[in-house]
Parts: sequence; C-alpha cells; structure tokens
Amino acid sequence: MPIIEVNQLTKVFGKNPKQAISMLNKGYAKEAILKETGSTVGVNRASFSVEPGEIFVIMGLSGSGKSTLVRLINRLIEPTAGSILIDGEDLSKMDKKSLLKVRREKLSMVFQKFGLFPHRTVLENAEFGLEIQNVSKEERRKQAIKALELVGLGDYVHQKPGQLSGGMQQRVGLARALANDPKILLMDEAFSALDPLIRKEMQDELLDLQSTMQKTILFITHDLDEALRLGDRIALMKDGAIVQIGTPEEILVNPANEYVEKFVEDVDRSKVLTAQQIMKRAETITLEKHGPRVALERMRESGTSIVFVIDNHRNLVGYVTADDASAARKKENTNLRDIIKTDVPSVEKDTTLNEIFSIIYDSPVPVAVIENGKLMGVIVRGAVIAALAGDREENK
Amino acid sequence: MLTNLLDFIPELPIADAAKTFTEWMTDAFSFLFDPINKHFGDFMEFVADDLLMSIPPVIFILLVALLAFFVSGKKFGLAIFSIIGLWLIDNQGHWEDLMSTVTLVLIASLLSVIIGVPIGILMSKNKVANAVISPILDFMQTMPAFVYLIPAVAFFGIGMVPGVFASLIFATPPTVRFTNLGIRQVSKELVEAADAFGSTGRQKLFKVELPMAKTTIMAGINQTVMLALSMVVIASMIGAPGLGREVLSALQRAQVGSGFVAGIGIVILAIIIDRITQTINKKHD
Ligand SMILES: Nc1ncnc2c1ncn2[C@@H]1O[C@H](COP(=O)(O)OP(=O)(O)OP(=O)(O)O)[C@@H](O)[C@H]1O
Ligand SMILES: [Mg+2]
Repeated sequence: MPIIEVNQLTKVFGKNPKQAISMLNKGYAKEAILKETGSTVGVNRASFSVEPGEIFVIMGLSGSGKSTLVRLINRLIEPTAGSILIDGEDLSKMDKKSLLKVRREKLSMVFQKFGLFPHRTVLENAEFGLEIQNVSKEERRKQAIKALELVGLGDYVHQKPGQLSGGMQQRVGLARALANDPKILLMDEAFSALDPLIRKEMQDELLDLQSTMQKTILFITHDLDEALRLGDRIALMKDGAIVQIGTPEEILVNPANEYVEKFVEDVDRSKVLTAQQIMKRAETITLEKHGPRVALERMRESGTSIVFVIDNHRNLVGYVTADDASAARKKENTNLRDIIKTDVPSVEKDTTLNEIFSIIYDSPVPVAVIENGKLMGVIVRGAVIAALAGDREENK
Repeated sequence: MLTNLLDFIPELPIADAAKTFTEWMTDAFSFLFDPINKHFGDFMEFVADDLLMSIPPVIFILLVALLAFFVSGKKFGLAIFSIIGLWLIDNQGHWEDLMSTVTLVLIASLLSVIIGVPIGILMSKNKVANAVISPILDFMQTMPAFVYLIPAVAFFGIGMVPGVFASLIFATPPTVRFTNLGIRQVSKELVEAADAFGSTGRQKLFKVELPMAKTTIMAGINQTVMLALSMVVIASMIGAPGLGREVLSALQRAQVGSGFVAGIGIVILAIIIDRITQTINKKHD
C-alpha cells in the first residue's frame, strides 16, 4: 500500500477558487485563469502515490508549484480540492487535533534555508519536534543527540546554528527532522542553498542514511542532476501540473513531451547513463558445446571480429578472436580452451558512462557488461560516443 | 460676507456633548472607577511611601548601579553615571519626589506592558483586530499628551491614579505596535518549521514567535517607558506627586533655580531608565 497517495490535489491562491477550478477542469491554462479570475493556480490536479522506502523527487522550474505541492502534503497550505492520504488516512478532511498528531508522528520537514531557530542551540533545535510532543527532557535529549550523531554533528550540540557553516546547518535541519523518527521526510530544495561540493556530499550522505533508515522521502529540487542522483522515481511539474512520473531512466530515455525533453537536454549524460542502458546483445558461444567452427560462424553472421565465450550458466569465461579461431580450424584443433583469451575488459551493469569511457578507450576489444559474473551484453566504442552525443535511438 | 456665512452655522455643542458623555461614563462606571481609584491609589502610595522610601538611598543607588553594571555587560560608564546622578538628586533634597516618580513610571510601564503585549499579539494573529486597533493607536498617539489628563481627571479625580491612567493611554501604543511588528517579522520559514513539527498555536507563540520578536518588543517597551516618564511628569498638572510637581510649582512661582534642579533630576532619571532598558535589549542581539 502506498504511504502517500495524492489525488487530484489542487491549490488556487486568490479570492475566486471556484471559478478557477471550473476553468481548470475545462482545460484553461494557468495564465488564462490568472487573467480571467485574478487567481493563481499553485498546484493543478496533481495525482501520484509514493511507496514506503521510496525517494520520490518532485522537479520543475521556479514557480512550477513544487513548494506549494509539498506544503499541501502536510497541510501547511490548505488544499482547494483533492485529497492527501497518508497511510490511508485523508489529511485534507482531518480535524486540527488529528492533523497535529500526523505532523508530529509521521511527517517531518527540511527547509531550503534550513529554518533553524537561531535562539536555540543545535541540540535544542534537534529536540524541537519531541519537545512540542511533551516528551520528557531526558528522553528527547537522548533522541536528539542520537540524530545529531547520525548526521555527524555530535560535537556541536551546544553551538548556536549561526556559528555553523551552511552544510552543517542543514545537517541540523536533517537531524531535527529525524529526531522524532517520522516515516516521511519532506525536503523542499533542502540542498539548493549549499555550494556544489557540499551539496554533492549531502546527497551522498542522504543516500547513505536512507540505505539504513528506509524512510519515505519526498524530495523537491529544480536540479535534474540532483533528481537523477537521488530519485527512485521523479515527477516533473509544469505550471502546477505533473507532466511525467517515472524512473530516472524513463524520464531520460522517454521524455513525455517537449517540456521534459528540454529539461533533460542539459543533463551531463555521461554521469547519468549506465552500462546497462547503452549495451548491445553480445554474440556468444558456449564453452561446453561449441568449438572454433561455431565461433567463426557467429562472427560471420554478426559481422564482428570476436565472440564472447560463456559457460552453461551464462558466466563469462573469455572471448575468441577471428584470427585465432580460423588458425585453430586450419590445424583441425576443435578444443576451444586453447584459443580463449580470458583478459576480458568488463564493467558492472550500473557503471556510469564516464567510467566506461576510460576503460573502452584503452581496450582493443569491446567491453563486456556483467552482473554477478554473468554476461549481460557488450558495449562497443561507437555506442559510448553516440550516447555521449545524446543520440537516444541508437542506444536502444 | 464670508464671515457672515460662517457665522450662519451656530456653534455646535461639542463641548457639552463631551461633558455629558464623560459625566455619564463617570456615573455609570463609578462602581468600577471608585474602587480602582481607592485601592489602586492606596497600593501606589504604599509602594512609593512605604516600600521604596524604606530603602536607604545609599542602598537604592548601589542597587541601581549594580543593575546598570550588569546589563551593560560589566562596563562601568552607566553605573558611575547612575551613582553620581542619583546622589545629586538626593543631595538636592528630591529623594522623595524621585521615589514617587519612579513608582509612577514603574507601575504605569508595567501595566502598559501587561496590557500592550497581549494586544500586540492579538493584532499580529487576527486581521480584524489589526484593522480595528491600528487606527485607535494612531489616534492615541496623535493627541497632545496633556489631553489625556481630561478623562483621567473625570474618571479618577486628582492624584497618582489618574496620572497612571493618562500614562497608560499615552504610553501603551509603542509596546502594542512593536509586539505586532515583531511577531509579523518572524521569518516565514521559522513559522512553517514550528507548524510542520505539529506545534499548537500556543507552542508556536512561546517557543518561536515571542523569542524571535523579543528584540523588537523590547525596543517598544523602551519607548513605552520613556513615554510613561514624560506623561508622569505632565500628570503633575493633575496632582500626581514627584519631580514633575516640583518643576510645575517652581514654574508657577517663577523660581528658576529650583525648577532647574528638579528638571535636572528628571533628565538624570530619563537617561538612566533609557540606557538600562536599551542595553538590556542590545545584549540579546
Ligand atoms: N501565498 C501565495 N499566494 C499567491 N500565490 C502564490 C503563493 N505561494 C505561491 N504562489 C504562486 O504559486 C505558484 C507556485 O509557487 P511555488 O512556490 O510552489 O513554486 P516553486 O516550484 O516552489 O518555485 P521555486 O523553485 O521558485 O521555489 C507560483 O506562481 C507562485 O507565484
Ligand atoms: Mg519553492
């Protein structure tokens, strides 16, 4: 069951939401509605669901409604229409008391400009969520310190946030969000205020933490690289509406429309595409069954100068070149083992393009793609270059 | 011609109306005003004459100096000024007047803060309250100070109580305004953070908004105290005791010298109060 389920969620800012909604339903654009009614469409009938343990990224340009959407999910902003189910409970219909309970126990938020309380120490910041639940002082200290240690700030508990660097401040923000052990983290451009190096570090750290914590994370960003690094799935927003939801690969390889395509164009593909995405089917022969003769046959069929050799379980053994195979055939040697070369250059299936590039550059033969020792496919130099050039069709 | 035209309209009976209204108020609320006047007046006299006057001037001066020393971050300037200034007032035989004035200022300021801060909070939270109270505050501050003496006298006669009452009207607005402003200025993200973690309105107010607004509110309170002091001096016109009364009676008898001495006393008090309330504020910046 999804932990977050959002249905037709809509927010209209302004005095005349009814008219705006009826115009939305008739398909009018955000701009036309603003002109006609004076109301701004913040979020336009967004629907999606997030599974427990997932990092769900919401991405879009400035003003596309990301912040509004994430604030609708903990009802910092009241929805105009639609529903938000958290663990199956409809937040949009909840009374104040139950809403507070959900905010306290299930949802935590991390803010773009950190949102730390400057009059409180790091520790007092981290224990804020527990403090307002009236958890005993001892207990909340313990939890807060645990959370601070988790983000590597165990030594800074008595400093004021203003004394820390941006990266450290956001760690405090993260610790504050983790201290009351929520199921869901809402992160609104949490790393956008950090400089690129620190930002990357924080992304790694979040992924690290996530691998042990298994929270559900709703991560907002306007940066595609960040989205691709973090997201299990990505939702793209435009003018308040969600235009595509998919895994990073799906978004990259199959942009739903021009808007997404534009967004995707700028990505540094070498950091995003993996071996699996650009490999081709490998020509193989099986060690136990085949000899030089079959090897030559395969090469002739496929127009290549080598074939890979695998065993009965698809484990990669090596490769055979055309020269060696024809020499062996002339000598009437039918034993494949004599001519196998085992120094195959190989990469794991999720190796990124920029790493593959350096390997393939030095290698006289195509690079094998493997998973747990089993041969998955092969990458030829041309495919790498084509992928770097952004030629998607070629890669499929 | 033009003058004739103006004369054509008879004088409107505004004075009479005001008089009738005040008389009615006094009558109708005498059950409220009279006991306030009596008990509150007794209380203030007790503070001024029994409590403060029972402290020997030397001790009092040292206490003020100590306070000045600590709030100014262990610097000597203000402490030394307080010692010399207060000693001078005592030396000139105005100690009792000083105590009366201090009582009036303290009580008036305290009441202003007790009333003003909650009103400010209400205005920051409630659009309607803000819309209604704002113009009233403007009105309260545009009136010349001594105008407030009129209703004060009407309700409470003469003495300390009407002095405090007039001062309350005159001095409360800055505390209200600055409290309102201070809370509205708290950054949106901090308010969101408080809400996102599930704060109740009360928790948000006491754990985030008021602490964040503290500096601004203190600036308002500083202004309130200074206005209270000036009003308390003016209130000598309706019989409030203290340094102001000395200035007033010197004026009436054209005694330049003693008027000057009492005036200096007020200035010294003003400087000490101002510096102390301001530096308390700075420390938290
Ligand atoms: N309180 C508000 N009142 C009126 N309009 C608002 C309000 N908040 C947001 N909007 C409008 O809603 C739309 C979406 O804003 P939102 O802040 O959600 O965008 P965003 O994707 O988070 O942008 P950014 O990347 O700049 O943070 C914008 O057109 C914005 O002007
Ligand atoms: Mg935003």
